[in-house]
Amino acid sequence: MKILVVDDFSTMRRIIKNLLRDLGFTNTQEADDGSTALPMLQSGDFDFLVTDWNMPGMTGIELLKHVREDERLKTLPVLMVTAEAKRDQIVAAAQAGVNGYVVKPFTAAVLKEKIEKIFERVDG
Amino acid sequence: MAEADLKDSTNEFAKLFSEKASELMGRLEKNDLAGAVGLIQDLQKVRDENLYQEIGQLTRALHESIKNFKLDSNIQGAGSDIDEAQEGLQYVVEMTAKAANKTMDKVDESMPLSEAIANEAFEIQQEWTRFLNKDMNANEFRELTKRISTFLSNTDTNTRKLNAHLSDILLAQDFQDLTGQVIQRITTMITDVEARLVNLVAMAGHVDQMTGIQHGEIDVPVDENDPMKGVGPQLNAEDNEDVASNQDEVDDLLSSLGF
Repeated sequence: MKILVVDDFSTMRRIIKNLLRDLGFTNTQEADDGSTALPMLQSGDFDFLVTDWNMPGMTGIELLKHVREDERLKTLPVLMVTAEAKRDQIVAAAQAGVNGYVVKPFTAAVLKEKIEKIFERVDG
Repeated sequence: MAEADLKDSTNEFAKLFSEKASELMGRLEKNDLAGAVGLIQDLQKVRDENLYQEIGQLTRALHESIKNFKLDSNIQGAGSDIDEAQEGLQYVVEMTAKAANKTMDKVDESMPLSEAIANEAFEIQQEWTRFLNKDMNANEFRELTKRISTFLSNTDTNTRKLNAHLSDILLAQDFQDLTGQVIQRITTMITDVEARLVNLVAMAGHVDQMTGIQHGEIDVPVDENDPMKGVGPQLNAEDNEDVASNQDEVDDLLSSLGF
């Protein structure tokens, strides 16, 4: 299971990577915004994308839309982990095809629950 | 455009002044005192008009600046930028304090655990050295084996607790992302207000020159706050119906969409 963690704050990338490691996911890579992440996704064999929304350059929602438009990436499970909590934004993310939405600040238990739920649905 | 207008009207005013000045000299040479006084009055009138126009322009610009920056919360009914900055900074203070306290709590809980492990390991090592030096009787050795057994069991429990505390300490650092976003927004707002103030100071300087009219439109960037670009953490999520204030509300919203 190869995972890409996208957030402009290195602290948050480190937190998410550590939580993923505790859940048994050790193969993670990092990107600091969508425009860095997209080429990594296109050239790498990632199984899962965890992304923030508000980032300089390409935002997380734009990255999600690009992923869904890409023939090779369109089924990639995407979890949004973000401080963006406006109802319009959550609806927009759902419409763009997000697989899970976690609002910051979050707990380890919530992240674990959402990730497990995504893989249940993907596998089932 | 504003600068060009200013220069033109200044030149016009200066030209008028010099024309009237030579005319004034001519009238005085002809002893036409009434005519000279009339000319001075004309000049005074032109100067006053220019001055009034300049002050009017400055007043309007000042009003626009206050309105556009919502410096006065009474004008638009919404919270002012200053109020928002204060709330944002308060949020930063609370989040950082919470994270610092949580981290320190976990460190306080962790230290006795690691100290207990270190102390017991040190004492067992002393006893173990006595055993290796064959300086220990059978009874003492039986006591030592019991002690080692207890120590191993306790160490297992305590290091698991330590790992959990370390994980909590790591998680407590998530404030940095959220507070960083709030501070970046406030910094941008302050930079904008500063630019407006510099502009107002420049305009006030023109009043001193008693020059002509300035029609310069005040170029205020519109703060779109496009939610699709991301707006950062919500400061008053509980009071805002358009905002999900926690994960449960997000989950409810998503399940209502058939998620």
